[in-house]
Formats: sequence, C-alpha cells, structure tokens
Amino acid sequence: MTLSEDYRRREESVTLSAESPSEGETHELLTLNIGPHHPATHGVLRLLATLEGEIVRDVKPIVGYVHTGIEKTAEDKAYWKVIPVVERMDYLAYYFNAMAFCGAVETLLGIEVPPRAQYLRVIHLELNRIMSHLVWLGTSALDLGAVSMLWYSFRERESVLDLFEMSSGQRMHTRYIQVGGVIEDIPRGFADRVKQFCKEMTRRADQYADLLEQNQILIERLRDTGKVDKDELLALGVTGPLLRAAGVPWDLRKAQPYSSYDHFDFQIPVGTIGDNYDRFRVRHAEFYESTKIIEQALEGLPEGPFITPDRKVALPPRHELATSMEALIHHFKLVTEGFRVPPGEAYYPIEGPRGELGCFVRADGSAKPARVHMRDPSFTNLQAFPSMVRGGYIADLIATVAMLDPILGGIDR
Amino acid sequence: MEIKREPLSDFRVRQLQARDMLRGDLEPEELERYAEEAVMTTTVDRAVAWARGNSFFPLTFGLACCAIEMISLVGMRTDIARFGWEAFRATPRQADLIILSGRVSIKMAPVIRRIYDQMLEPKWAISMGACCSSMGVFNNYSLVPADKFMPIDVHVPGCPPRPEALIHGILRLRDMVQGHAPDGWRERYDAVGTEEVLPEADTETAAINVYQPGDTAGA
Repeated sequence: MTLSEDYRRREESVTLSAESPSEGETHELLTLNIGPHHPATHGVLRLLATLEGEIVRDVKPIVGYVHTGIEKTAEDKAYWKVIPVVERMDYLAYYFNAMAFCGAVETLLGIEVPPRAQYLRVIHLELNRIMSHLVWLGTSALDLGAVSMLWYSFRERESVLDLFEMSSGQRMHTRYIQVGGVIEDIPRGFADRVKQFCKEMTRRADQYADLLEQNQILIERLRDTGKVDKDELLALGVTGPLLRAAGVPWDLRKAQPYSSYDHFDFQIPVGTIGDNYDRFRVRHAEFYESTKIIEQALEGLPEGPFITPDRKVALPPRHELATSMEALIHHFKLVTEGFRVPPGEAYYPIEGPRGELGCFVRADGSAKPARVHMRDPSFTNLQAFPSMVRGGYIADLIATVAMLDPILGGIDR
Repeated sequence: MEIKREPLSDFRVRQLQARDMLRGDLEPEELERYAEEAVMTTTVDRAVAWARGNSFFPLTFGLACCAIEMISLVGMRTDIARFGWEAFRATPRQADLIILSGRVSIKMAPVIRRIYDQMLEPKWAISMGACCSSMGVFNNYSLVPADKFMPIDVHVPGCPPRPEALIHGILRLRDMVQGHAPDGWRERYDAVGTEEVLPEADTETAAINVYQPGDTAGA
C-alpha cells in the first residue's frame, strides 16, 4: 500500500462531527500537510493532518526524512568504532546513546566498570540531560511565541558545552564514554566549574519559571491541551517525561538503577493529568533533580581508575607503549581489529532525556556486532501523538509537538 | 646641546606607515587600482553587493545535529546579528540563503531541491558539516552529498562544525557576494543543460509551468 493510499483510507474513516456547523461555515474535511520542512516540527517530521474547520480530526506522522542507516553502518564497524556512529542518532542525547551501547557491550563482555568511571558517566549524563532539556525549552518556547527564552536557554547550553569541551575536547558528539569506562579522567578544575555551573543552573531554572509560569499566554496554551491518560500512554509504550507527566513515577534510574544511580538521593517529578502543562513542569523540575545528582556525584567522586584495567578491552596508557612489549601488542590489536565479544544478546535500557533509551546488541563472537538496534524513546512517543492532538485545535497541535520533544535523528536513525 | 623633536601627529604616522608598506610592492596597474579604491568610486552594483552581503535572510531549515549548532549561532556568544544575518525566514520565498545543516537522506533530497528552487535569485547555499558535504562518518546507502543535486557555494567542515566555523563560512560567503560573483547560480557554476524550460514550451508565455498538465509527481 502506498503512502497516499494508506492516508486516503484513513481519511475516509474520519467522519464529520454530528453537530451542525455555525453559520457561514462549510462542513467539510481539509487535509493539511505540515512539514517535512516546517520550523515547528523540530526537525524533518511530516504531519498529515485532517482538519474540520480548526479542529484536528486525525493526524498521521510520516517519518524517515533523516534516515541515516546508522544501525546498518554499526554492523560494519569494530565495537569501539561504533560509539561515534550511535552517538549521532539522538543528537541531543549523545552521552546517552554511547552509554546504552557501551552498557550493552559491557554486559556481553561481563566486565566491571570502575566506580570512578560510573560516577564520571553519571556527571556527564546528567549534564547532557540538562543540555537536552535546555534546547527543548528554548525551541518549544519559541514555538509558543516566547522568543526571548531561546537566548536564555542557549546561554546555559553554551556553559554545558564548555564543560563537555573541557573534559573531552568536543562540544557535541564527544565520544567520552568508552567500553569499560570513560576515555579520559576529568581535567583539573573541571569539578569546580561543574559545581559553579550547578549553582548557576538552579538560579537560572528559577528565572525560567518566573519568565514562563507567570505568562498567561503560555499557560493558556499549555493547560488542558494534548491530554492523554496514563493507561493509554502505557498501552502505547510511552516513557519518560511524557509518562511521568500523566502521574506514573516510572524512571529507570530508580526502577532499574544502572551506573551507580542508586547511590544518589533524588526525586522523580510527576505530573497529575498529563496535559502539556504537566509535561512542561516535569521537564522543568528535572533541571533541579539533575543538578542535585551532579552535586552528589562530585561530592562522592571515588578515587581510582577511570577505565577498566582489562587490557583486552581498554587501550593501554600512552607511556606504557614505550616500555612494554605487551602493551604495544594490545594497542596494536585493539586499534587494528578491536576486541572480540563472546556470542550472545544483550539489551541495556537507560533513562534518556526523552524516556527509555535501550540498546540491543547481538554478538557473534567476532570483532564487529552482528546487530545493533536502538529503542529510541522519540519514536515510541510519537505513536501517542495522534491521540494527543485528536479533537483539539490546530494551534494546540503545534504546542503538543513542542511538548512532545521529538528528535528526528533518533526516530529515523 | 639637546635636540628637541616634535612628536609626530597621528595622521602623519599613518601616512608614513602606509607609504612604507606600499614601497616597492605596487606595480603601476595595482597602484592605479589602489588609487581607484581609495577615492571610493563605488558603483551601484558594488553598493548593492555590499548591502546584500551584510543582510542575508537565511532559511529556517534544520536537518540534524548541525541544526542545533546553527540555532546557537543566533545565541549570545556567536551573535549572528553582528553580520546582519539574523533574520531567519521560515519560507523559501523570503530567504536568499539555505544552510543545509545535517545529513541529507535520499528521501529528503528532492524536498531540499524543491525548497532551493522555490527560493528567489540571487540565492546561495552553505553545506554545513561533513554529512551533507561528503556523507561524513556514515557514508552508506541512505545518504547523498548535497553537491549531487544542488549547487553549494561554501562547504563548512566539521561534525558538527563549531558555531565559529560556520561564522567563518558565512564570512567567506560574504566575501564572495561582495566580490564579483554572478548573481544567478547557473552563471556562477556554468550550469547548462539542466534548465527546466521544456523545448516545446510556448515561448510567448511569460511564466512557464515546468510540470505537464496532469503531472502530479512531486506535488
């Protein structure tokens, strides 16, 4: 069935509403194509909406405009060379993509990650979560007409990217998380700057609340729009802030702790009815929780190695190459072929900024994965989008896309 | 006896410096051009090119990772308004620059070409990042480099490029626009043989529809 046939079939199933239209209006359905190039779709998402007047009766999201074949490319690369490729899937959650993939490979290898590496991972993951939510906040507020919010949130994003650049040398797609740990220890002065940022961030988050939550226009546009109850969200497999906004306290950091998340004291923000306002509030509250986690992780940062001492997996330190023949051999084997992973399958889910981000890896005993698949939360969450916007106004559709926070790089991969 | 020297005036110093710099460097023709530039024989064309290079209207068009760095260009640190390029337009009909920020899939390529064709001349294109210049780290079945289907004026390398790198690309494009690059992209790149005018089309008509009646492909 072609795309248009499928759409026509869906469109025919939509019936006009029972109540008669008001005077001067015609009673007919209109098909409106939004995207793939539309500034409010947060990427190259295409939405085919069937409208009756201003009411959205049905919507069909069409994806695939940034399909990059990342999963297929990953099958052709050695395990540690897959990391930069999977990082580019959900391009606002690069630490999370790398973490999910490395976690799956570590499960297959059965290696222990040193505690310092786990804490360093947590610090960077939470900084990344703040960064991702900042981009969401800026662009969403822009869609809702609060243009100046973009400048404020991108100012703080630059501060986070400075920290990333300090620890890894890159702003985006840092490839900091490595199989067995992290690629490098944090530089001197990094901890102080992160602490300073956390203090700053709490203050800034207060300011965002002052700017937005006192804003009548924003509240009117968010309250009671795009409402879906939790049973339907659970049935559709929705996770992350969208599910928590409907009142389900489901967070993999608490439900299934990984990378020492059980060492930290933090709360899971939940909403009540699951409308756009709750989604906004839940993500906003996560700014505070993430800063709390980062502060605790810096406070209790253990001493020790930052990557596993297993030389079969991790590169030997540079200075050993000049003195140790064995280190040279390990280095040569790792760089040319990579490490081999015993046959098996692993699924490693973590809590990304948008929900459950899981990586499935099947190993066949060679140095390249037989299959890499990501369960990307944006893709699953998009399934709930038609139920969110059906029966609402077309203007609320824009607000709902903004609060859905889809990242098309993650959806299409 | 002490010799007192008058301190050189500021203008005199600059004059002497300029003369030192030019001494022996300039051939007669160059000296001629220098003199011409110095007396500011600004033609209307040059004034227009100068204004155009300083007031681009880029298209609000994001594809992938690079789009986020492109957005941060309007942010505080790398304020694109310094160059007069901050007026992003959401419709191709008001924009004269498209920044391809991210990877171009085969499914997206016809859409981008259509958007580019909808932009009014003179129009310019920047390919931002490795993906749309050379398919970058992926280099697989699903991507297509932007040069395969549209003319690109400036390529900005990086994955993704820093905002500073994009600013550098933008300044290079500004130099190109303010130089003597032809306005139409066909003249710029000698693009002949791909014109959309049908040979049997009615030459009397001012506007030619490139689509045949009943042809809905791409609509």
